[in-house]
Amino acid sequence: MSNLNLSTRMILVLTLITVLSGGILAGWDTITKPRIAFHRQEALKAAIGDVLPAHDTYSSEETEFGTLYIATRDSSQNLVGVAFMAVGSGFQGELRIMVGLSPDLTQLTGIKVLEQIETPGLGTKIVVDPSNKKEPYWFPAQFRGVHVSPGLVVVKNAKPTQNNEVQGITGATISSKAVTDILNNQIANIKTVWTSRGGPES
Amino acid sequence: MSSTLSLKTEFIKGIWKENPVMASLLGLCPTLAVTNAANNGLAMGLATTFVLLSSSLMISALRNFIPHQVRIAGYIVIIATFVTVADRFLAAYFPTISASLGPYIPLIVVNCLILGRQEAFSSRNGIGRSLLDSLGMGIGFILVLVVLGIIREILGSGSIFGVAILGDWFTPWMVMILPPGAFLTLGILIALANWYNDPSRSKERRAAS
Repeated sequence: MSNLNLSTRMILVLTLITVLSGGILAGWDTITKPRIAFHRQEALKAAIGDVLPAHDTYSSEETEFGTLYIATRDSSQNLVGVAFMAVGSGFQGELRIMVGLSPDLTQLTGIKVLEQIETPGLGTKIVVDPSNKKEPYWFPAQFRGVHVSPGLVVVKNAKPTQNNEVQGITGATISSKAVTDILNNQIANIKTVWTSRGGPES
Repeated sequence: MSSTLSLKTEFIKGIWKENPVMASLLGLCPTLAVTNAANNGLAMGLATTFVLLSSSLMISALRNFIPHQVRIAGYIVIIATFVTVADRFLAAYFPTISASLGPYIPLIVVNCLILGRQEAFSSRNGIGRSLLDSLGMGIGFILVLVVLGIIREILGSGSIFGVAILGDWFTPWMVMILPPGAFLTLGILIALANWYNDPSRSKERRAAS
């Protein structure tokens, strides 16, 4: 190999290394892909289960505003609720929230923040609040049953009085408001999609 | 120079005397970013050690074939390959850890500890020596990350490896799991290590005894 000129050697060695690397990665991908897909599916299923009332099955439907997960009861084919992903900016980065809505799209059945990089100890209370020993999940839990029209509103330092209000997190007003803004935005989108689709298929 | 060191010294040096974090201040990005809990520190340390060992093996084996001019490009491709392997492994078998480490596993590619060891050591030494060097450096890195993680987790969350050890009376020091806590803890640890290693101090001690 040393009698080849330098450029040929450089090309040869780098090609060899990259081909080898490609081979290793392709092989490893075939081994790990099914497991990774399985975990992703499980996480999705768990998140949908968390935000919607008990259901037997759900079907996914692609729309221009992301995937709709339509949950039904097997026995009656009755619609239980609709779940979808809402994505937007939080205080420091993107928030990805799984949202559940009642079949008539008037009330939230639950929300779950799946991805966030908010300030630890403040903004992260949108997921869990360890300082509240009795009810660490009070922030996401309070969204259950809240009415979505005319739009979710955050109230500061007070208990909500209207049925479209939620209590903000002290010291993390931006994170709290980011959640409601993202929800309001995506709920409006989903409503348009749902109307144009003509409600649930039967 | 390196060939004069015994194999044992080659291995031991990374753990304390030439510890990548404490002595050379390499790999500070993951050291500061993921040590908010002991588990995360341990996982990051293990993943980095795996990449370090496998890259060292490849690079020391190929050291006479890779032309000097393209060595960095070659090293980076090799390192990136093993980082991707580690990343996919965690995602497939330890999804929780993978989620909590987020982008920091792929970022091992640019950890200067790894490229530094390849450039300074594996590209000039045989396979056996390179593996020993990497193993020592890896263990040194894991130790620092776990110690930092334990200190920050106790003070910042009142737990060790996810197990609560301090009762309800303890108010967690939020700052410890935030970036400033990482800088403070690492700074104090390095100061202590330097004080311990200070040659003038050991001279005084000898004079006093």
